[in-house]
Amino acid sequence: MEKQLIISVGREFGSGGHVIAEALAKHYSLPLYDYNLLHEIAAHKNVDGNELLKYDEVPRNIFLHRNVKGHSNSPAVQIAEMQFDYLRKMAESGASFVVVGRCAEEILKGNPNLISIFVLGDPEVKIQRIMELHNITKEAAAQMIRYKDRKRKTYHNFYCSVKWGDSRNYDICINSSRLGLEETAHELIDYINKRIAMM
Amino acid sequence: MVLAQITAATIFVVMLMLIVWDKIERHYVTIGCGVLTLALVFGLCMKDASAIVHTLNLHSFVSPSFWYSAGEGGEVASGINWETIVFIAGMMIMVEGMALSGFFRWLCMQIAKMVRYKTIPIFITFMIISAVLSMFIDSITVILFLAAVTVELAQLLKFNPIPMILAEIFCANLGGSATMCGDPPNIIIGTSLGYSFTDFLTNTGVMAGISLIVVIVYFYFCFRKQLVSKNTSAAESGNYPDPKTAIISKKRFILSWVIFLLAVVLLVTHASTGLTVSSIGIIITVITLLTAGKEILTILKKVDYKTLLFFIGLFMVVGGLEETGVLEVVANYIGIISGGNAFIMVAIILWGSAIASAFVDNIPFAATMIPVINALSGTPGIDIDTLAWTLSMGTDIGGSATPIGASANVVGTSVAAKEGYPVSWGRYCKPLVPATILVLAISTAYIFLVYL
Repeated sequence: MEKQLIISVGREFGSGGHVIAEALAKHYSLPLYDYNLLHEIAAHKNVDGNELLKYDEVPRNIFLHRNVKGHSNSPAVQIAEMQFDYLRKMAESGASFVVVGRCAEEILKGNPNLISIFVLGDPEVKIQRIMELHNITKEAAAQMIRYKDRKRKTYHNFYCSVKWGDSRNYDICINSSRLGLEETAHELIDYINKRIAMM
Repeated sequence: MVLAQITAATIFVVMLMLIVWDKIERHYVTIGCGVLTLALVFGLCMKDASAIVHTLNLHSFVSPSFWYSAGEGGEVASGINWETIVFIAGMMIMVEGMALSGFFRWLCMQIAKMVRYKTIPIFITFMIISAVLSMFIDSITVILFLAAVTVELAQLLKFNPIPMILAEIFCANLGGSATMCGDPPNIIIGTSLGYSFTDFLTNTGVMAGISLIVVIVYFYFCFRKQLVSKNTSAAESGNYPDPKTAIISKKRFILSWVIFLLAVVLLVTHASTGLTVSSIGIIITVITLLTAGKEILTILKKVDYKTLLFFIGLFMVVGGLEETGVLEVVANYIGIISGGNAFIMVAIILWGSAIASAFVDNIPFAATMIPVINALSGTPGIDIDTLAWTLSMGTDIGGSATPIGASANVVGTSVAAKEGYPVSWGRYCKPLVPATILVLAISTAYIFLVYL
């Protein structure tokens, strides 16, 4: 691809946002970055990637955290900043990629080639999907969704000025429960193609 | 007066909560709470302009004893402790000048070279250098450079840098407890109660020295298996960074050494020369800036004004507690719990301040406790000196127990994490909580045996 294209995908847990991001990456032949970003960073720094993964998209604990002269004791904050810096550098280098989560819509805001997407879903559909994926009960699925979304929200809102899932922060917000994952991806491809034509 | 006390205590608690909350920069928090103390406590509740004047303490600048002390000492200072602020500012300027020259990196690399880049000798010498440097320089700067070089050596020699960084952090805090200028609580205690550098060295310094030997042995047995180098090829090839490459400017480097040694001499001899720490701060500032040449603005820009403002605000809030008598109430309470027993009182102050300092910034704690120990020193069988050394060891050592207890801990773990070695609370506390308890036990035994 000649023009730079960066697609950021924020998502509710269970909405299938990750699957859609994979479909977009495949369609445009772009690398997909999610938690694997940390493996890339770890390889760059010559350290163990699994050590970093423990703190991926983890919100900091207010009572166990302290800042001194721009230094934070929280590994979660450090790992997040590490990913943000890496994303910024990749964007500045002109690389094209799809990134899932990691506050990318805010971190890369201002880049003219960024297309930011947020995928949401109906609670019942999300619960059904999580039940099937993890082979768990309805209650457990609902609880898992609540827990994961709360974590994502706290993580996002700590680093970003605009709240997680707030439509004003994204180019397009889409409910994947309406069309299903495949059709939602197609709709998004249409949108992205129009945006690419305007770039 | 009760309303004033409640207001002062509320402002203090809100200030601590906002510091822990960490959403607003802490200098805004203390300055804001300090202004509220002046307006609400002194102005609205007490209607006492003299309390405002007393707390702002600006008249101390024109007092001869601020600049020169003929050895009378002993006067308890209250309100904004400008002596502490002027001294810390001076040391900050000196340290920035040293950092610009490449002094710290050179020192670390030189030590590693001297021990032939062998992991265990590096581990032991870095612990010692961390403690020794922290006796004179703020532990944040010491750890910032030491941890960075440790990570660099760890990547070269292929060992895990986390154990070494944790040991360096602990030793930096321990070294800081040995002298008057090593840790902010000691500067506050020393300037508030009129102690000299030698007073600290011959009291807390002895406790820190004994403890350092014990913790080196402790950390050796704790970490020796984790510090095995997996890269023998680097050791064999001798492909190491040359310490000389760390020196950014040779002229600045020599000047840094001279200024640093001058600061050490002035501090060690200040009891006999009569120069107060504020005078030493000013002398060091003037010499650093006069020799800085074109770098003068760079150095001044790098001074951490936020910390200085943090101190000013903090002293105002503590001044509110002091003027309204809240701290006397706290002192009376400690007196009642201990039943006037000196051993219990020392144990409460040492372990209580250690536990508090493990979770809350030890600077507000030390500043708050000084009037408390001053009030307690009226108890028969216990003098202010014993309580001062107790408070110093408790606040300085307690801060080592958790990743948020002291600034060096935050900076050290942050440097490690930035290089891909995250340090969780569990990873930090597992070796350092026992080390903290060990040093506190040594301090308790020493104070009981020597002073009581």
